[in-house]
Amino acid sequence: MSSLPTLEINDLFAGYGETEILKSINISVEPAQTVAIIGPNGAGKSTVIKSVLGLVNVRGGKINLNGQDIIGIAPDEAIRQGISYVPQTHNVFPNLSVLENLEMGAWTRKTGIKERIDEMFTLFPDLQVKKSKIAGSLSGGQRQMVAMAKALMVDSKIMLLDEPTAGLSPKYQSEIFQTIKKINGSGIPILLVEQNAKQALEIADKGFVLVDGANKVQGTGKELLEDSNVARMFLGSKD
Amino acid sequence: MDILIGYSLYGISLLTVGGIYAILALGLNIQWGYAGLFNAGIAGFAAVGAYTFALLSTAPNPYHYGGLGLPLPFAILSAMVLSGCIAFLIGLVCIRLRSDYLAIATIGIAEIIKLFLKNENDLTNGPRGINKIPRPWEHLSEERFYTSAPMSWISDSAGWDSFFDQLPNWWWQPFFCGTILVLVYIIYRLLETAQRSPWGRMMTAIRENEGAAHAAGKHVTRRRIEAFVIGAMVMGLAGAMLSQHLKLIDPTNTFDPSKMTFLVWVMLVAGGSGNNKGAIFGAFLVWVIWSASEIFINSGLHLFGELVSNMDISLLKTRAGYLRMVVIGLLLQYILQKYPDGIIPESRPTSKGN
Amino acid sequence: MWQTFGFEFVNFYFIPGLVVGCIYALGAIGITLTFGILRFANFAHGEVMMIGAYFTWTVMTLVKNGLGFPIHPLVAAVPAIALAISLFIFVDRYFYKPFRSAPTIRVVMASFGMMLVIRSFVQSVWGPNQLTFVPGIARPNETVKSFTNSFDMMILMPNKHFWIIAGTFVIMLALSWLLTKTKIGKGMRAVSDSPELAKVSGIDVEIIIRATWIVGGFCAVAAGVFLVMDLQMLETTMGFRMLLPMFAAAILGGIGRPFGAVVGGLVIGLAEELSVYPWLGNGPLLSPGYKTGVAFAIMIVMLVLRPSGLFKGRLF
Repeated sequence: MSSLPTLEINDLFAGYGETEILKSINISVEPAQTVAIIGPNGAGKSTVIKSVLGLVNVRGGKINLNGQDIIGIAPDEAIRQGISYVPQTHNVFPNLSVLENLEMGAWTRKTGIKERIDEMFTLFPDLQVKKSKIAGSLSGGQRQMVAMAKALMVDSKIMLLDEPTAGLSPKYQSEIFQTIKKINGSGIPILLVEQNAKQALEIADKGFVLVDGANKVQGTGKELLEDSNVARMFLGSKD
Repeated sequence: MDILIGYSLYGISLLTVGGIYAILALGLNIQWGYAGLFNAGIAGFAAVGAYTFALLSTAPNPYHYGGLGLPLPFAILSAMVLSGCIAFLIGLVCIRLRSDYLAIATIGIAEIIKLFLKNENDLTNGPRGINKIPRPWEHLSEERFYTSAPMSWISDSAGWDSFFDQLPNWWWQPFFCGTILVLVYIIYRLLETAQRSPWGRMMTAIRENEGAAHAAGKHVTRRRIEAFVIGAMVMGLAGAMLSQHLKLIDPTNTFDPSKMTFLVWVMLVAGGSGNNKGAIFGAFLVWVIWSASEIFINSGLHLFGELVSNMDISLLKTRAGYLRMVVIGLLLQYILQKYPDGIIPESRPTSKGN
Repeated sequence: MWQTFGFEFVNFYFIPGLVVGCIYALGAIGITLTFGILRFANFAHGEVMMIGAYFTWTVMTLVKNGLGFPIHPLVAAVPAIALAISLFIFVDRYFYKPFRSAPTIRVVMASFGMMLVIRSFVQSVWGPNQLTFVPGIARPNETVKSFTNSFDMMILMPNKHFWIIAGTFVIMLALSWLLTKTKIGKGMRAVSDSPELAKVSGIDVEIIIRATWIVGGFCAVAAGVFLVMDLQMLETTMGFRMLLPMFAAAILGGIGRPFGAVVGGLVIGLAEELSVYPWLGNGPLLSPGYKTGVAFAIMIVMLVLRPSGLFKGRLF
């Protein structure tokens, strides 16, 4: 593996307004890795992703994308840099068709839009059939697929997923995790924030546990799954 | 001496109308400052108050119904109640929605009120309007008042006649002005008390967080309707007072939506919404600027007309009037951007800086 | 049937209603787009419509006095539209943009202020008196008259009505193409759906906003010019008078739904004209003085029963 991580977050302090949420966060995503961030509610998991996109106030620390400082970047510029971002909710345009949603994902893209759409339809075969359906009329799981395909319309350097399985039925949940694995298999590194710690760690190369806006434990997905503390905190109580 | 009296009377009339506008601004402050409700139909509520007062208090006349000749305080109260009722109906429909909808609906209701006043000739005398509206204090010198109780107990009609004859014809002006100012003060005190009560504190909480307030449900809707209705009642009162000051009201010129609604907004925004003192200060300040600029522009134009060999300046005069509106409008934009909290911001301990 | 009922109904109520409906529809498109995309009720919309008509009048007058021949209002409208759109963008840049991240109600108030600034400006420049594009009585189109008369269904339609209905139809087609086939149009719909998501999809929202003013301004000036063609008079309060029916149309169709606004505009235009038809007895059902109230009543009923509108628009 190359020495330069795709995404490197060092000693990050961030928050909304005057409330500080993240206190010295360290996370790195190596090329082609899937990295999961887990932790209790309010630990600041989503805030990490939002800091990368420039959606929250970053007060200190470093965020590097392929070695380049991206702190304070505007959200649309972050997308132009190749960050595929899937928000937790409201992640599709409900009154646009599936195809139009993908086209909107490709707003910053100058060329190869058609080819990219075809790639997405190979990755998400369900969507091809429904391409002229209005996104708002799809089921929750299918909408999540549209959201992911839409985010991948840029030349993805990394994909950021904010709780992609929240509110979905178990059947769809595993389908989403399988898709994430598939996307990662095509070489795109993934940073994933999840409530569903067990399944997330199963597909993750590396996991970070955040508590109260700070790093608590980290390790490979396997290590964390076997860690008795982590198990007690997040895995046992769930199922 | 006459000049001195003239100037004083001008000052008194400035204070009188300024005071009426202050009442309007206080009414708007309850709606906007306390509860964040955007009322774009101030002129409509004032018109309801003015017409209600006029129809109930004027002497009977052959041109239209109304003219019931009822006691003035009763007519004023009715003006407030009717204005409040209309606000209640509008509130029921629109208050659950975001303020934009309320703004549209209030513009609409003001328009409907105007249509009603213009079209219901039998009741409102249509576009010709209503005149001879009794003005407090001055009305005492009207025959129908001094010939009836309680004035008739003190003296007979000839006695009153000679008494009023020896007064200068402006004798009532300071009294009327004083009445308005006392009303401003009373409303101010009541509102200050309300603002500090649990009711007022809840209003502030609702305004600060409309989204969370909606989630909290029915209670909030009720509080907001209350604020809207009370504000409208105060506007109705101001309308009644205005009709007394003018003595003649008509649906289009008296309640020109642009002038009245807009001026009141400028006053409240300039003074600082949420702040009753600011509302009063803003009302007098803007009214003085508004009136002074009229005199200033007109005398300037007169001078110009005389310099340019007796040019006809009447056209310039109307156009300059509109230009004045442009300037006031731009002033509002300036204040909105530079002093978002008004010249006297709301004095309230806040947790968030800015 | 035609003689006793149809002739009068179609010529004096239905066609005028359709014409008014087209004008409301065009005006409401801009309102609904701005409301959907910039998330605020733009009270200055009617005034831009009005000033666009004044620009058109000025172009017509300048050409007539300068070059010596009259031009059709629709020709003069072209430069007027460009001017009005520039004004829209100027107002947005200096009076609305500072409030992009402030509570919405501030920009609503700013637009309320601009409404009066623009109107007073027009009053001070052009004066408060009524003007007109083309004086005189508009005669019914002879071709339409004799053609329809050959079926015993005589339709009296002045040319101006033909221009208004056809013009609206063409603008609708163009709008539909823009919104469903072009990148910028799809972007407008996307921002209207969810501005937050649009931002994190890399969509340049400021460009979309500018496109919104252009489309809204175009339709507004077209509506203003059509209105003056129809009424044959131009006055400074026409924008304000249109405001209520346009908002009612936008709400009826559903906020953020341009085609909903078109349907809403047509419904309100027809409802206004048909409300004065003598449905019961001999007199008009509703006194013509209350026509404006029809739009308001429809709006209130809509806000009570279905505030998201007929076509499920956004609700704020």
